[in-house]
Amino acid sequence: MNVETPVEALKPNDYASDQEVRWCPGCGDYAIIKGVHRTLAELQIPLEKLVFFSGIGCAARFPYYMASYGFHTIHGRAPALATGAKLANPDLDIWVVMGDGDALSIGGNHTMHAIRRNVDLNLLLFNNEIYGLTKGQYSPTSQLGTRSPSTPQGSIDAPLTPLSLALGANARFVARTFDTNQKHMPGVLKAAHAHKGASLVEIIQNCIVYNDGAFDGWTDKKVVSDNSIMVEHGKPLIFGADENKGIAMAEDGFGIRVVTIGEDGITEDDVLVHDEQNKMLAMMLADMKQPEFPVALGVLFNNPAKAYDEAVHEQLAEVKEKTPAGTVNEMLRKGRTWTVSEGA
Amino acid sequence: MATNVASSGDGNRKALDSVVIRFAGDSGDGMQLTGTQFTQSTALMGNDLATFPDFPAEIRAPAGTTFGVSAFQINFASYDIQTPGDDPDVLVAMNPAALKVHLKDVPKGGTIILNVDAFTDRNIARAGYEENPLEDGTLDNHVVIAIEINKLTNAAVAECDVTSKEATRCKNFWALGLMCWMYNRDRQPTVDWVNQRFGKLPNIAAANIAALNAGHAYGETVELPSGVEAYLVPKADVQPGTYRAVTGTEAVAWGLVAGAKKAGLEIFLGSYPITPASALLHTLTGLKQYGVTTFQAEDEIAAVCSAIGAAYAGSLGITSSSGPGIALKTEAIGLALVTELPLVVVNVQRGGPSTGLPTKTEQSDLFQAVYGRNADTPLPVVASRTAGDCFETAIEAVRLATKYMTPVILLTDGFLANSAEPWEIPDADAIADFPVKFRTDPEGFHPYLRDEKTLARNWAIPGTPGLMHRIGGIEKDYDSGHISYDSDNHHRMTKVRAAKIDGIADDIPAQDVATGEHRGELAVVGWGSTFGAINQAVGRCVKDGLSVSHIHLRHIHPFPKNLDDLLSGFEKVMVPEMNNGQLVHVLRDKFLVDAESITQITGQPFKVSTLEREIRSRVEG
Repeated sequence: MNVETPVEALKPNDYASDQEVRWCPGCGDYAIIKGVHRTLAELQIPLEKLVFFSGIGCAARFPYYMASYGFHTIHGRAPALATGAKLANPDLDIWVVMGDGDALSIGGNHTMHAIRRNVDLNLLLFNNEIYGLTKGQYSPTSQLGTRSPSTPQGSIDAPLTPLSLALGANARFVARTFDTNQKHMPGVLKAAHAHKGASLVEIIQNCIVYNDGAFDGWTDKKVVSDNSIMVEHGKPLIFGADENKGIAMAEDGFGIRVVTIGEDGITEDDVLVHDEQNKMLAMMLADMKQPEFPVALGVLFNNPAKAYDEAVHEQLAEVKEKTPAGTVNEMLRKGRTWTVSEGA
Repeated sequence: MATNVASSGDGNRKALDSVVIRFAGDSGDGMQLTGTQFTQSTALMGNDLATFPDFPAEIRAPAGTTFGVSAFQINFASYDIQTPGDDPDVLVAMNPAALKVHLKDVPKGGTIILNVDAFTDRNIARAGYEENPLEDGTLDNHVVIAIEINKLTNAAVAECDVTSKEATRCKNFWALGLMCWMYNRDRQPTVDWVNQRFGKLPNIAAANIAALNAGHAYGETVELPSGVEAYLVPKADVQPGTYRAVTGTEAVAWGLVAGAKKAGLEIFLGSYPITPASALLHTLTGLKQYGVTTFQAEDEIAAVCSAIGAAYAGSLGITSSSGPGIALKTEAIGLALVTELPLVVVNVQRGGPSTGLPTKTEQSDLFQAVYGRNADTPLPVVASRTAGDCFETAIEAVRLATKYMTPVILLTDGFLANSAEPWEIPDADAIADFPVKFRTDPEGFHPYLRDEKTLARNWAIPGTPGLMHRIGGIEKDYDSGHISYDSDNHHRMTKVRAAKIDGIADDIPAQDVATGEHRGELAVVGWGSTFGAINQAVGRCVKDGLSVSHIHLRHIHPFPKNLDDLLSGFEKVMVPEMNNGQLVHVLRDKFLVDAESITQITGQPFKVSTLEREIRSRVEG
């Protein structure tokens, strides 16, 4: 594939299509697409190599607003289509945009298997804990008791934690960020892109119409420092407006707890250091929930293994080398044949 | 092996024109393998042949039960035959259950070869017999050859260093050896196969070959009951050429590879295991060197979606399944249709609805193929008639998919997929190429620009500079390819999608008549794997001077342009189908023709005699 080097560097706006964006005013998706444009410009990915796949839902309109190649598919199936495209052309730089209903309800199976196989895809999960496009029903990530048109008395089934599910499916890369955190998002997206294999980024997103403020308890500027934690590989898990809180081992050694440095004899040495290759730690960080814990943001787990698409092509190359193909006529005549001659 | 395993001399053999043999036993008895080996030898002997493997859905049902019986029927002849035969001349029954299930099909005077060692009190009771059928007169109207096959097999392999269990497992080769003697089949192809298959287990290979030879020697030395002798079925007088035995599964796989080469594309197969379509996944996986990527997806939906994703990226997308799996793929087929991407959907039909009869054959997915999607979603439907024909129909499906940028459904069935026939290997070079041209020119491009003649949209693939575009399930504007909710535009796009598929009628051969005249009293119209039975039945009637013709459809949607005129040349139209009447409704719908339906939904192919009776009752009575 010939890749033309752009004469001028691509700017964030060059990644936006000429189509009018039709998300609700104030939707978190505006911030996310801005973050994606910025990330792509920083990476200088040629437009023709970029493909955005999506399923169905508000988030799924994403490809129409990108100046790259894009495929708005059917509900829940984007990871399956993206897998086929990546196997057909591994040179493509493929991103998959999914919502929580899309990726975790109707498409749960495909999300799980794309992750398990470790196909080299950048999976962006826009989690707003609600169905927006169908007008506000509760989703598989909605909190217990969510009142919605389909659960007027409040939802009674427990939500799932997307990153815990992904780690359970042997994800090699999971990260979390949120829509308005524009300083943080490009770094996470770049790390996801650098990871060869399936990279799942949960992007917490506010639905201004059907679930407004669902995440204010930890994303609002006033509380974000105290109620969330930015994890960074090799750095101590410290958070809080005063940077005096940390994540430490539980006293019984089984699990984690929040500690305050300087209280009860706790020092910085008691605080755990983030190791993005430690799966047990990642599992615990992914599952941290308000109000007991701060919500973990950043790259929770990053431990690469061979990407599926790479392995598929290695196997193909190996077979081709061992058994040269020959012509179709030769293929048809391989094995036991017999000839009937004239007058036989 | 030093033993002489060539066929015996023809000296004292009685010549027969055709023979139908049915091997039947427990599903663990190796009957399919026995049948396949006998088929290979028979093909190499130059007979025409047709086979019918018939096995249960259970992999190893409890031993000795009737529902665990597996059978393989072969019809071979010195003349051109088209079906696996109506009734077996010889039934090889390896246990009482096999006898119980298949005895009713053996005509009076037919030969039954029994493994008496399997006729224990327990097995007899298990098969549902109250008395031993060997002793109570059940078999009085048949020629019975009762042989202690277990005992003779064990004796034959005594020197082979195998356990007694392994020894007994060779009994199917003993029976195969006896049949090779009886019908003068060469054992060498089987010996070669055994040596290859068990190359790493030389003791097992030796035991199977010893059993094969012992069965053969038994025929040569033992005096058989009167009425049983050694036979000879002379070579069939067939077209000169190079032949091989082929199953529909192999022919579809090779056709898809050949079609992809003609189109200049690599293949991407997304598939999910399902009976009886899994074999196509296995076969294509074995052809990786021809530019074939196979992907066993997590489900039927992911299978078709991955194929659509690959088509979007520039491969030939293929997905294969059977009825229930096709049902799951339906929404995605609609996506391929509206995004106008090429996709070949192979449906190896089986008995339904729901799980139905997974291992039995049926052609009841015609409605599903032609009509079975939400909204206005016409697509081409192509049906294979014989195992060998699967090669041509697969190429045709690829041609239509790529030329018209559309999903195409290729209908085969369990019978075609599993049955074998001798096939004159075509010259692939003689089939015209139909190279795909990807769009590369950015000048004036939009994704829904159409070819004026075919109405196919241009195919621009990711990676091409300057042609970045977005497609998807939402309706697109005719003039720009952007999303559009405009009502007039939707009307127009729906009409264009239909016109594109209807236009294919100008690009397919006119409907021919397989047997008989172009006008007459009765047209028998068929599609799919009923070809052989209909053709033979009509052929017999034509020979007797009856005014009957056989018309067999390859293109189910759209129909060939002349079909209406052709049908109007007949007083009556009869449509035999292995379903409860489907094509008949489509014909009535399209042509207002008073077609009559003949149905058989037994999971078994039509018998020639059944169809012949139906025809005669309409043109003679």
